[in-house]
Amino acid sequence: MTLNYPISSLTAHPPRLSPAYKSTVKRTPSKPLIIMRHTLSELTGPVYGHETVRENDNDLTLQCKGEPLGERIIVHGHVLDEDGRGVPNTLVELWQANACGRYIHVVDQHPAPLDPNFTGAGRTQSDAEGYYKFVTIKPGAYPWGNHHNAWRPAHIHFSVFGHSFISRLVTQMYFPGDPLFPFDPIFNSVTDEKARNRMISSFDLENTQPEWALAYRFNIVLRGRNATPMETK
Amino acid sequence: MSETAKEITPSQTVGPYFAYGLTPNGKYDWNDAFSNNLVTSDTSGERIRVEGRVFDGDGAPVLDCMLEIWQADAQGRFSDPQDKRALPNSSFRGFGRVGSDGNGGYAFDTIKPGVVPDPDGKPQAPHLVLAVFARGMLLHLYTRIYFDGEAANAADPVLALVPSDRRATLIATRKPGTGNAVYCLDIRLQGDNETVFFEV
Ligand SMILES: [Fe+3]
Repeated sequence: MTLNYPISSLTAHPPRLSPAYKSTVKRTPSKPLIIMRHTLSELTGPVYGHETVRENDNDLTLQCKGEPLGERIIVHGHVLDEDGRGVPNTLVELWQANACGRYIHVVDQHPAPLDPNFTGAGRTQSDAEGYYKFVTIKPGAYPWGNHHNAWRPAHIHFSVFGHSFISRLVTQMYFPGDPLFPFDPIFNSVTDEKARNRMISSFDLENTQPEWALAYRFNIVLRGRNATPMETK
Repeated sequence: MSETAKEITPSQTVGPYFAYGLTPNGKYDWNDAFSNNLVTSDTSGERIRVEGRVFDGDGAPVLDCMLEIWQADAQGRFSDPQDKRALPNSSFRGFGRVGSDGNGGYAFDTIKPGVVPDPDGKPQAPHLVLAVFARGMLLHLYTRIYFDGEAANAADPVLALVPSDRRATLIATRKPGTGNAVYCLDIRLQGDNETVFFEV
């Protein structure tokens, strides 16, 4: 079954030009994008699954010799489409700063320690119902050069494939109640409050593991309304 | 599933630090799930390289972007069960990913895709679909890469939507030389000769 994707769904996304986030100013097209009909090239997409994921790829506390420092957390949820159907067997990739707010990246010069036991990267495959689960460390806030005293709220980057090349989504998951929310131009680039709140995970006491780890639930909703079979003769 | 219908999750920038997770490419101690070489030993079709550089509105190279391509095989079929015509035994996946280098450069080694029908069944000229992600881009951009010298370009229904004076921003030019064909296309996010991007 091939889905049709109304472009009205795209209104949930932030405007590309969001001048408070300064790097958008020179990286946004100045001419209007051209609307086109979706063809097979847009409506199909890569299928990657278990053969791409190794053991412990979804547990960032087990990837190194020792245990990483910081607050161990479970991040889990469903990858869904707009009609609430689970998106099965799709690849979910994640990357994040360590507990101190530092990435393993040559460009990241934040003077906070690296953790030799934390990579900050993981991947997993959603199951037949679209469910996914990671075990990781709660990332720290980190400064960035956008404006005076700019700090990113704690976040985990997610990359999801979905049903087709145009359901591809790269987003960031935030944590509930972060005091940095009002000051972050990236978070606030999503101008609609309801849409913005969909990027905030919810604390999940039910799945919190006693004596071990807090759980956060984060559902990722991809495009894919109006499922109608498309002729692919 | 007890979930009811919802609106989609908004996009956020890939940021400056994605390389460790998405494009480690030997520079970081994490295994690559994807590469910029799509060719497998049993892939049929004409081997080509597609390369270029990515520039911002100041004409400065974009050193921290990620490019992904998606394409049909040489027979015009997609490695996706949704394409009912897919070749069952092909190991060609049709997907590639690369991070830009220190010059804003990128390259993909792949095969020239075949002809894919449009929704009316009319042929589209051979093309790659390209997605561009970067710091400073809250939502990735989609464009297409076509190939210079293809007679089918003249009748392509998507190229026909593009004003003729901007069409060249979508057509990779073939480098002179022998051996496998090398096609070049620069991506300009903004400004003079800005690449045509599509709202899909
Ligand atoms: Fe980040």
